Amino acid sequence: MSILVFLEHHGDELQKGSLGVLAKAASLGDADAVLVGGGVTALAAEAGTYGAKKVHVADDASLDPPLPQPRVDVIAKVVADGGYDAVLFANSVLAADVAAGVAARLDAGLNWDLVDLTSDFVGKRPALQDSVLVDVGWKSSPRVGLFRAGSFDAVPTGGGAPQVENVAFELEEHSRAAKIVDQQLEESSGPSIEDAEIVVGGGRGLGAPENFSLAEELARVLGGAVGATRAVVDAGWYPYSAQIGQTGKTVSPKLYVALGISGAIQHKVGMQSSNVIVAINKDPNAPIFEFSDLGVVGDVHEIVPKLTELLQQRRDA
Amino acid sequence: MKIAVCVKHVPEGHARIDPGSKRLDRSGEGALNHFDANAVEEALRLKGDGEGEVVVLSMGPEKAADSLRKALAMGADRAVLVSDEAAAGADLLATSRVLAAALEREGADLVLFGQQAEDADGAVLWAAVAERLRRPVVSQAAEVTLADGSVRVKRQTEYGYDVIEASLPAVLAVSDAINEPRYPSLKGIMGAKKKPFETLSLADLGVDAGAAGEAGSKTEVLGLGDPPARADARKIEGDANAAQAIVDFLAEKRLV
Repeated sequence: MSILVFLEHHGDELQKGSLGVLAKAASLGDADAVLVGGGVTALAAEAGTYGAKKVHVADDASLDPPLPQPRVDVIAKVVADGGYDAVLFANSVLAADVAAGVAARLDAGLNWDLVDLTSDFVGKRPALQDSVLVDVGWKSSPRVGLFRAGSFDAVPTGGGAPQVENVAFELEEHSRAAKIVDQQLEESSGPSIEDAEIVVGGGRGLGAPENFSLAEELARVLGGAVGATRAVVDAGWYPYSAQIGQTGKTVSPKLYVALGISGAIQHKVGMQSSNVIVAINKDPNAPIFEFSDLGVVGDVHEIVPKLTELLQQRRDA
Repeated sequence: MKIAVCVKHVPEGHARIDPGSKRLDRSGEGALNHFDANAVEEALRLKGDGEGEVVVLSMGPEKAADSLRKALAMGADRAVLVSDEAAAGADLLATSRVLAAALEREGADLVLFGQQAEDADGAVLWAAVAERLRRPVVSQAAEVTLADGSVRVKRQTEYGYDVIEASLPAVLAVSDAINEPRYPSLKGIMGAKKKPFETLSLADLGVDAGAAGEAGSKTEVLGLGDPPARADARKIEGDANAAQAIVDFLAEKRLV
């Protein structure tokens, strides 16, 4: 079987999520990658390390803005020429729109929110608040698949330098109808929450911006980093660089401690693949409890200082 | 300015999958997908007091009329429901085909979607619809401004904000952070009953039954299983010993 994987990049870095999907694809069959952007050719070589035999590169200034539709044009061209059995994506704001556009263009089935794929193309998809695991299939070729963020670790496969092939693409009229006129990129400061083994996340339930000190103190004794929900970032309580969720960072630490976080889907998407999730929330019906390993119904203002103190004693002992 | 808003009628409370048909059980009570209320609200805000029309559109069972009525009660001007036995069991591809046909018929300047379907967690439909309509698409819209012949959108991404300008007609998916949807007033609810409401079949749209619903779908559900992990999930009431219980749990998991 032959699989094409969309490699997403930001600045000079290939996204780990898409490299994870590439490594997975390489374990299932022949994996090629497609890389689209302005000045991206130099990034192609790294894809070989994650199992790409060939990287289709569309490198042009017109492709530099991260917009979905020009990418649909490139991928449709690559699939038409290369005849792939599957086209796979790691979920992101951009990749989701590209995947659905490719599916409609090629009249191909799209399964989304996948967490795994077998060698005979059966996808695994958690559904209904992850209460059921659905086996999904495709009735078309190519099969288009969009994987949940953090589904696969980007593990080098030991492959060599890939063959690089330039794509002769043409943009459709509607793909040129949108343009980015301004970009406000939020640069992260301090240690990256994406690399932290322990993350303490704070939400509205903390009650006030100054109460983020509860999260910071707990993170300090645990040796972790602090994250935040979109709601509190929007409210100006915490910087955007700490935002975890659909828009924001995706984290999969060994431990995620959610303080006063309801668990809205926006946030869940960014942290659900954490190994162990502990949630403290005073609302017994908060959705976060449905995907927590330990749910504590109670007041963060009472429990967290005590918890921090106990953990500090344990460290000092 | 004519704005069309695509909305979904979703099962209320805890949804279940029917083991026989392997489809989402839609027999119980339903409600307007709450993410779509943000799209309706944004359409009403963009229309403002100006000339124009907000049309709400849905594909679904007859009961989906309830969700369209709610959108009318919020202030939308007109509703269109595509309801057809042959449209049931549709995947993304089949749904996008039917919605695109209905939208072609409307010829709106702007098409809005909410950011996600609560029931199936789908968050991609707009991009497939835009591709079929051959229109520009922008998702995760956190701010929308109309200009002459174009729309300016602040899109929130993993890295910050992009400001995107797209020519009209265009398709947008709005973030649920974009606004606070209004509650329908009593006057709105009463008024909704008198607003134009059209129910269409696939034939009305010129869509072949074989291209819609399960027959027109290119994905299938093969089986249902139990999810892995979090099987030993625990929930405790936060009393005086809650902090100690958390420490014990972390120690047990070798995390401290």
